[in-house]
Amino acid sequence: MSLLEVEKINTLYGDSHVLFDLSLHVEDKEVVALLGRNGAGKTTTLRTIMGVLAPRSGTIRLGGKPIGGLPPSAIARIGIQLVPEERAIFGSLTVEENLRIAALTAEKPWSLDRIYGVFPRLKERRTSLGKTLSGGEQQMLAIGRALIRDPRIILLDEPFEGLAPLIVRNLVDISRELAAEGRTMIVVEQNVAAALSFADRVYGLNNGHVVYEGSAAELRQKPELMTSFTGVGSHAAG
Amino acid sequence: MPSWATLMSQAFNGLALGTLLALVSSGLTIILGTLGVLNFAHGALFTVGAYAIFVIFQYTSSFLLALLIGSLFMLALGLLLERIIVRLFYDRPHEDQILVTYGVGIVLVEALRTGFGSHAQRVRLPSWGTGVSELGFMMYPTYRLQLIGMVAALLVTLYLVLYRTSLGLIVRAGIDNPGMVGILGIDVRRTFMIVFAVGCVAVGLAGMLYAPVVAVSPDMGASFMAQSFVVIVLGGLGSFPGAVIGGLIAGEIIAITSAFNSAYSEVMLYGVMALILVLRPQGLFGSEGRV
Repeated sequence: MSLLEVEKINTLYGDSHVLFDLSLHVEDKEVVALLGRNGAGKTTTLRTIMGVLAPRSGTIRLGGKPIGGLPPSAIARIGIQLVPEERAIFGSLTVEENLRIAALTAEKPWSLDRIYGVFPRLKERRTSLGKTLSGGEQQMLAIGRALIRDPRIILLDEPFEGLAPLIVRNLVDISRELAAEGRTMIVVEQNVAAALSFADRVYGLNNGHVVYEGSAAELRQKPELMTSFTGVGSHAAG
Repeated sequence: MPSWATLMSQAFNGLALGTLLALVSSGLTIILGTLGVLNFAHGALFTVGAYAIFVIFQYTSSFLLALLIGSLFMLALGLLLERIIVRLFYDRPHEDQILVTYGVGIVLVEALRTGFGSHAQRVRLPSWGTGVSELGFMMYPTYRLQLIGMVAALLVTLYLVLYRTSLGLIVRAGIDNPGMVGILGIDVRRTFMIVFAVGCVAVGLAGMLYAPVVAVSPDMGASFMAQSFVVIVLGGLGSFPGAVIGGLIAGEIIAITSAFNSAYSEVMLYGVMALILVLRPQGLFGSEGRV
């Protein structure tokens, strides 16, 4: 039994059908990357797993227990944590308050010091309001808010989008360390090279369908395999 | 040109009105920011508070005890209204929320009119609040000074709840982004009932404290309602500091303008609101693109 099993889910935004019989699974301590063009359904997949969107049909199970149809707050308490694309930092709360509110309903939250150990920059800015943070700092805080809950799975949506190369390198290093520590993650990323550098396995999505499944190592060696779902092949990995 | 003494005393009146408006608007703005509901019954709840002290203070000699009992009554009323009415409208359009709270306001005001009549009635001052105080540069009614102090203490209490407790943390985060609060494992609707009740107690206490200054009548809340809307727009929707600063600004504008020509006090208030909105559309403390 996999830690997370998604079976044939169909998700709609209003009338528009976005995910078609989409199935995937994530093993304990595994990092899975979802790759694909804009509009392929990657973000929708993460939002459906988190419960922000309810699947019209299909099942989602965590540790064998069905979680489809539960509200996000219940799914978060079971141990799934989405780090949304827009980061959704509470702008009028300080960095430390953002972390404290995240820890409120966690069963065994990390200490603030442990988060500050991972992101020393957040410690320096702990009394700053969320809205004053740079993009990179916001992303660190968004990941920190997920980590402090010590969830069973973290869903990272475009964690490196719109950030300076130096910050991206720093965040990739941290993601790699988290992966090495055995943290289970699903990552959605346009930066294919960055995602492949710490993913174990990859799903390729196109128009709401899974069109590819394989190991990250295989894709690193044969980037031409990605043409079916990125359309740009080796260029995207550059 | 009014005399210096008149201006000074109007400045103090402005402070008293301003702190009251700050308290009324704080309740309105945290309910709006957290629940997303613009509570049109807010003015009626102010009146209910004033009548609560009118009734209770007839049965006890202690004004403070009457305030405590009145607050518990407002708390109960707030919890009841949220449970049986407001809760059913969270997923409905804003127009429906406005209509239903407006309706609740009408029912409350007409119930008071039926029970107590339309005429204005006096609430006696607490024994420790009678007379005037010598401030050195002028004489000022003692109770009004105490009113400013008591409302300021209530605003500090509200500040401590919002900025020093987990409930306050959830309320402030919920005003920023309710969806993300849910994604972090918190059922934000569980806090809605408490926030609505706290808002009712805040506006009710404002009515109770104000009652001895003016006579109570069923329509006394209407002008406070309109002015508190101006205050939360001025201060920024959903912002507690905005409600406090906006309330003080509005109170002073109304009082100082009245010293020159009271007919223009509301005109000035709306003029300043228009000016601030031109310069800062989100209000003094509002964040862009919220509520």
